[in-house]
Amino acid sequence: MGGGAGGGGRAPASGRQPIADGAQLGRRLAARDLTVAPAVLNLLESTAPGDRAQAAALLREVSPAALAGEGGGLAGEAPGHVVGVTGPPGAGKSTLLSALLRGWRERGATVAMLAVDPSSRRSGGSLLGDRARIEFDPADRGVFIRSTAAGERLGGIARGTRAAAQALAAAFDVVVIETVGVGQAETEVGDIADTVVVVVQPGSGDVLQFLKSGIMEIPDLLVVTKADLGQVALSARRDLTAAARSLGTRSTRVLAVSSLSPPTGIEDLLDALAEHRAQLSAEGGAKLAARRLRARRAGALLDFAVEHGERGLRAVGGRRAAERWLASLDPALDEAALAAALERRMSRDGTDGP
Amino acid sequence: MSEHRLPERDRPWMMRTYAGHSTAKASNELYRRNLEKGQTGLSVAFDLPTQTGYDADDELARGEVGKVGVPVAHRGDMAALMDGIPLGDMNTSMTINATAAWLLALYIVAAEDQDVDQAHLQGTTQNDIIKEFLARGTYAFPPAPSMRLIADMIAYTVEHVPRWNPINICSYHLQEAGATPVQEIAYAMSNAIAVLDATRERLTEQLGDADRAQALMGQVFGRISFFVNAGVRFVEEHAKLRAMGILWEELGRERYGVEDPRHLRFRYGVQVNSLGLTEAQPENNVQRIVLEALAVTIGRDARARAIQLPAWNEALGLPRPWDQQWSLRIQQVLAYETDILDYPDIFEGSHVMDGLVEELLEGARAEMAVVAEHGGAVQAVPYMKAALVDSNRERIARIEAGEQTVVGQNRFTETEPSPLTADAEGGILVVDPAVEAEQIEALRRWRTERDQAAVDASLAELARAAADPAENLMEPTIAAARAGATTGEWAATLREVFGSYRAPTGVGEAAAAPTGGEGAAARELAELRERVAELAERLGRRPKILVGKPGLDGHSNGAEQIAVRARDAGMDVVYEGIRLTPSQIAASALQEGVHVIGLSILSGSHRELIPAVMQALRDAGVDAPVVVGGIIPDQDAQPLKDAGVAAVYTPKDFEITRIVSDIVELVGERHALAASA
Repeated sequence: MGGGAGGGGRAPASGRQPIADGAQLGRRLAARDLTVAPAVLNLLESTAPGDRAQAAALLREVSPAALAGEGGGLAGEAPGHVVGVTGPPGAGKSTLLSALLRGWRERGATVAMLAVDPSSRRSGGSLLGDRARIEFDPADRGVFIRSTAAGERLGGIARGTRAAAQALAAAFDVVVIETVGVGQAETEVGDIADTVVVVVQPGSGDVLQFLKSGIMEIPDLLVVTKADLGQVALSARRDLTAAARSLGTRSTRVLAVSSLSPPTGIEDLLDALAEHRAQLSAEGGAKLAARRLRARRAGALLDFAVEHGERGLRAVGGRRAAERWLASLDPALDEAALAAALERRMSRDGTDGP
Repeated sequence: MSEHRLPERDRPWMMRTYAGHSTAKASNELYRRNLEKGQTGLSVAFDLPTQTGYDADDELARGEVGKVGVPVAHRGDMAALMDGIPLGDMNTSMTINATAAWLLALYIVAAEDQDVDQAHLQGTTQNDIIKEFLARGTYAFPPAPSMRLIADMIAYTVEHVPRWNPINICSYHLQEAGATPVQEIAYAMSNAIAVLDATRERLTEQLGDADRAQALMGQVFGRISFFVNAGVRFVEEHAKLRAMGILWEELGRERYGVEDPRHLRFRYGVQVNSLGLTEAQPENNVQRIVLEALAVTIGRDARARAIQLPAWNEALGLPRPWDQQWSLRIQQVLAYETDILDYPDIFEGSHVMDGLVEELLEGARAEMAVVAEHGGAVQAVPYMKAALVDSNRERIARIEAGEQTVVGQNRFTETEPSPLTADAEGGILVVDPAVEAEQIEALRRWRTERDQAAVDASLAELARAAADPAENLMEPTIAAARAGATTGEWAATLREVFGSYRAPTGVGEAAAAPTGGEGAAARELAELRERVAELAERLGRRPKILVGKPGLDGHSNGAEQIAVRARDAGMDVVYEGIRLTPSQIAASALQEGVHVIGLSILSGSHRELIPAVMQALRDAGVDAPVVVGGIIPDQDAQPLKDAGVAAVYTPKDFEITRIVSDIVELVGERHALAASA
């Protein structure tokens, strides 16, 4: 599509380039060209077959296999810090993100934000309102904000968003994925992000319950908002710290912030995020690479399952077997390449080898 | 003496015209003419920069200066506005909210200039911030400090400006945003509770004594007035006002321990409904306005204290002095020619009226309980906002489906050409675009000629007081007004301390249209969904629209309804709420990768703002088509199209599904063109 015969001159593209050159977009991302971000998202979100092929070419250019040659260290992993931020509605995430955005920009970091809107697609449509609540300077070229609808699965993260997070991490210093909810959304964002932040407001017991019951994985950072409420916020912080301890984790930090003017705790949170990232990057980035690799494999399998269903999974010997097989492949492959390998395996009807 | 006649005919209500435009000087001339015509009070319309706390030279003020009201930037402007009007005798109502404390301060200083003590000032500052978050959009600060400013003003005026109504709780704008009568009553009363609770707390702090604060509550309660709306279903609307009176008295007695009957009286002013006024056959609006005026005057027990009527041509653009005169004459005919002021309450003992009132009371009490469960009106803003968006969606759907008749719009649409709109300007007021530059020039001159050190010191003191929650902000605000500070400087100082704020849009929570259902409307939407799904396959993504409101105009109903319907049709909708600069809209359009952009403007600033947005989009390299909706006079449509706008929609395009359908088609056409290139 897109390149069909037609008379006359080039007509204006309606907010979408008819032929996107995925490989070129990928190379520009790898060269840290931030201006391609909108076009990258337009391509990665597209389900048109021609676009899917270009998207695969784009992801190849920012895969560890390609980036390792650039000599950036981290075993070829994209240098950006992928931060997942999740929490129940009304917890103050947007205000917090506005403050974080300001903080990162003051520290000189470029930031891409992917706000995933949870509105279920009753009519197929969605209302993406998160952007309205994040303050940004429209003249600042170091900030990119994109709202995306949740995936077709209930409350899940769309394929395009996962791919975008991986791709944008090649160009931006920080990539934030914001989702709403706890439980399912937190799990999915946990699969993608280097650092997972769960935001809670004082007085909401859900997170505590979810932590204790194991519905929610233990995040890297727990943030209690509305610290200006004083005692309530303090006791919420105490409860969460105690819960994390009792579950046997010492690494989860619990911070209290207030985004109200004058904001408090934001600098501490920025420091804590940077520290967590530094831990992952230590010793050549082995921990980071392992997290990212797990994310790519999980994402590829998820894509494959959405695309081909149970029948597809059976054709590759079931979910477990597929996971094991993916683990045997080159760790430098990108997510699209892994999904494509699964598809080839499926059509070969279970014979070995990618 | 017979019981069905009054021993003495009642005095008429106060008659006003909501007026102001261009400059303080031009508005002053208009006020004086209006007073000569028999108007008995003033109602000041401020322009949007003044209402939202920006000076004329701010980027956000572009295109808005002097449009929907008069710009008042400093004490010099206020003095010019009130020149020759004796403030000790005048009763002035100011439609001002976020910056109410500032405009009252300027008014007090203007009175000082006339040697009138503030104790003698009479009038009203609207000062109802909750409805700004819900419906009108001219807020400036977050909810908590906004409520503090209101409480500060009430506490100050009760002591120093005792004849002033420091706040007008507005149910008016709730109805304009689509509220049902029950919602209008319930949200207004809940709002009043939030204000009174905050004031009681403020007084307690200020006096250091709960008992003394309680003793003042009767006086405070007695100074709270309402600003209500009346729609064309005027029997029910009258019942609504009776119900509000009953609830108000109940509230005073039970929650605030008020006993004096004078303090317990429900006092209200009115502007009747603008939402129901049509662009099609606009002359019909005259009879709508008359009937609505009847709703608030006919029954003596719930009669308005003050009335201002909209003009017949409000859906077309800004009214001219002659249009406003016509509305004033409607009031005068009602008051001086008819016999409504001759009788006691004519509905006393009416089963129908009592039944209607009881119905409304029951509904309102239940809805007030829901707001209370949310933690009161401030906490319940997102809930109430979503409920209003929903009600408006249902109202529009009824009109679209023909279940609710709007004469001249969805029924009886055949018409002769109207001689009323036949002149070159289409029967409206056009503000001279040179006004903005003049105001900016005058403002800069003011800044160079004043005592800058005194201004700096007064703003520093304001900032210090603002950071200390224990201080009342009225004194430092009046001091800054005296020193010659500007509206933008006062607001910027407080924004620095309080932070800025974006209100919830309400659209995210709005219920989806039913997917099934019979009838033409449901079929039309279902068919549109099918087309959107097909287009999504061709595009590779869901068609994505950015709905934006450039400028300071906070009337977001139209934008909200388009956003919700586009979502229901299956589009991805980015809606960012009100008050966006052209560069913000361009940045969002680029980053979000939208296929089409819809802009909505009702303030008359489209001639400046739309071309500015088009330019910003070109600069950002966005070539998605743009459609515009709002109060756009016919003669302005072509210039907008020349500037690159693909389509223009006005209030006569009331069928929202059809508008969304056009937009979908536009995206399809552009895509087909691009694909075949």
